[in-house]
Amino acid sequence: MRRILAILLENEPGSLSRIVGLFSQRAFNIQSLTVAPTEDPSLSRITIATSGDDKVLEQIVKQVNKLIDVIKITDLTERSHVERELILIKVLAMNDKSRTEVKRITDIFRGSIIDIGKQVYTIQLTGDAEKLNAFVETLSNETEIIEAVRSGCVGIARGEKALRV
Amino acid sequence: MTTQQFTGAEMVVKALAALKVKQIFGYPGGTVLDIYDALFQQSDVEHILVRHEQAATHMADGFARATGEVGVVLATSGPGATNCITGIATAYMDSIPMVVLSGQVPTTLIGDDAFQETDIIGCSRPIVKHSFNCRNVEEIPNIIAKAFYIARTGRPGPVVIELPKDLLMPMSKGEFHIEIDVKMRSYNPSIKGHHKQIKKAVKALFEAKRLVVYSGGGIIIANASELLTELVEKLDAPITNTLMGLGGISGTHKNFIGMLGMHGSLEANKSMANADVILALGARFDDRVTNNVKKFCPDAKIIHVDIDPTSISKTINANIPIVGLLEEVLQQLLDELDATNFTPNKEERTSWWQQIQQWRDVNSISYVQEGEQIKPQRVIEAMYKITKGEAYVCSDVGQHQMFAAQYYPFAKPRQWINSGGLGTMGFGLPAAMGVKLAFPDSHVICVTGDGSIQMNIQELSTCLQYNLSVVIVSLNNRSLGMVRQWQDMVYGGRHSSSYMESLPDFVKLAEAYGHVGIQINHLDELDEKLTQAFNIKNRLVFVDVLVDEKEHVYPMQIRLGAIDEMWIKKGVKA
Ligand SMILES: Cc1ncc(C[n+]2csc(CCOP(=O)(O)OP(=O)(O)O)c2C)c(N)n1
Ligand SMILES: [Mg+2]
Repeated sequence: MRRILAILLENEPGSLSRIVGLFSQRAFNIQSLTVAPTEDPSLSRITIATSGDDKVLEQIVKQVNKLIDVIKITDLTERSHVERELILIKVLAMNDKSRTEVKRITDIFRGSIIDIGKQVYTIQLTGDAEKLNAFVETLSNETEIIEAVRSGCVGIARGEKALRV
Repeated sequence: MTTQQFTGAEMVVKALAALKVKQIFGYPGGTVLDIYDALFQQSDVEHILVRHEQAATHMADGFARATGEVGVVLATSGPGATNCITGIATAYMDSIPMVVLSGQVPTTLIGDDAFQETDIIGCSRPIVKHSFNCRNVEEIPNIIAKAFYIARTGRPGPVVIELPKDLLMPMSKGEFHIEIDVKMRSYNPSIKGHHKQIKKAVKALFEAKRLVVYSGGGIIIANASELLTELVEKLDAPITNTLMGLGGISGTHKNFIGMLGMHGSLEANKSMANADVILALGARFDDRVTNNVKKFCPDAKIIHVDIDPTSISKTINANIPIVGLLEEVLQQLLDELDATNFTPNKEERTSWWQQIQQWRDVNSISYVQEGEQIKPQRVIEAMYKITKGEAYVCSDVGQHQMFAAQYYPFAKPRQWINSGGLGTMGFGLPAAMGVKLAFPDSHVICVTGDGSIQMNIQELSTCLQYNLSVVIVSLNNRSLGMVRQWQDMVYGGRHSSSYMESLPDFVKLAEAYGHVGIQINHLDELDEKLTQAFNIKNRLVFVDVLVDEKEHVYPMQIRLGAIDEMWIKKGVKA
């Protein structure tokens, strides 16, 4: 089962490598990982998309918590939450037909074209992983994908619940 | 007025002194020469010069195991630091408090593949509790204070600190401030057991018909052996110890049913397999205990107390998990038992103890001294008698380790010192040296084998320098006995590379290092010569005992079987 873990940790040298190392050392899976300092620059927040059964997830949460740098970890997928990912995608847009089609698909998915080259469009889209997958697939049926980059997902709990010190 | 300025090297030594460190173990080299210079000019902290950095880590480790204090290591960057790796891993696996100070190339050269540059933080990352880079002089004292705090609290473990040379040299100076009372928002290890869980546990203890207490190294680390003994007596429960937990309760206590696991006693493993409630205290259901986890104690309700949540339900699911410091939780359990006026059900206990007695009667920890050759078990028994069971026994790894664990009942915690988790050959001698340094007036034995002793034999030189009169008892079976045992049992008797065909003359070797060497070859001279060895004061004595090379360690769990499926002796199943 896919899980999204949010981790709050000290923004110190080596703290990210300890998280990544832990996952590889214990053969835990990482589907995506994002990290950035929070509004308090002494803290970083990491979001990891992973998968595993309840037993594995319990170990992941405990093991991450055990790291000295880690202040808190929560499994966002345990309750209702919002998750978002960003994709930047460069596609071939050589003629009128394909340009119109790419524009149309982008509009339907509420993406935006953020750069235009002689033969290419670069599109930006945010959404959850499923929406991004659908977008990529639809586009690839219409034109050639030259390059795509995904940010990995970030997430936050709905309502009052918050992950903070 | 300007406050006094110190170099980083001076700060390192001042911080150690402030933390009441008396001795550190190390080996000099380019990047730490400033620290050595600072050490030279003071007398608070004594430096013990080893002959190999691995030995420094094991020495610090042995010192820590015997005293409960943090063991401190100092090594230079590059090869000095990488030589520490095995010792750090050994300490990590057994949760031993240790701080390793490693030199590093100057910050201006980091990343350039400079001479003797290794990323020791990266190398050691999976085997440390935590690690620190220092990037400015004035943070050094507080980093050291934090490292000590982290190393010794909660579930203890090794902490590595990397000290770049430019921070240590006279060119960068700063003010010295140290806060000994460390507080960290991301780490708060003092925890009591959850009250509801305590209540649940006591209810289960009440209802238990076939209760077993299974305790591990956590009891030793938490200094909780008195509380444990009190609890066991109150419950009138049988208690088994892991290899790491021996001495947690006296090995001669009437409720003690021996070590459990791969080479544990039949009664211990049988009791576990037939228990309806297992109270696990500071133990981690290691694979050398459980045997096949799928067949593990099917009827047992498991109460698992540990300071480290990751140890709970990792391999074996706990029905009643309790996270907390053992010394706290044991007291809570005792209080709650008192509050509910607990007395064990006489009839049920009697029938459980009768059952256990039948397993005890099999006498699974036994051997027959027949033929000319000395049986290794016999040597341990002699050792036990001569030292009245009061020695510190520091073991290497192999058959001799298991014989020592089986045939030397430990009266007290911290008396039995061995590398249980990592199984590091070469641990025994330096560990014994660390213990001897802490307790110069006690008998400190290094039980070893002809294989293991050669993995840190160079430390005989250190022993001479610091007059560490350890008694080395080598059960010399002219082979890597434990390996050969497996080859006999699992690999059709093909002794691939398990012979030591070119052994040195250990007596001469000991003498060459300036010590006393004694060889024991005949059974009838064993007791006398061994006694003689223990009577030699202020000299290290190397006792080379030629033992039966064909002896196997029994009992032994049958691979992939349940915890209590065991070979009692060759070809005989329980
Ligand atoms: C550093 C290291 N290398 C290899 C092993 C694997 N090993 C375990 S026991 C053993 C044999 C030990 O021989 P010896 O010290 O003579 O003890 P004996 O079993 O003969 O009593 C070996 C090679 C180990 N535990 N540690
Ligand atoms: Mg041997």
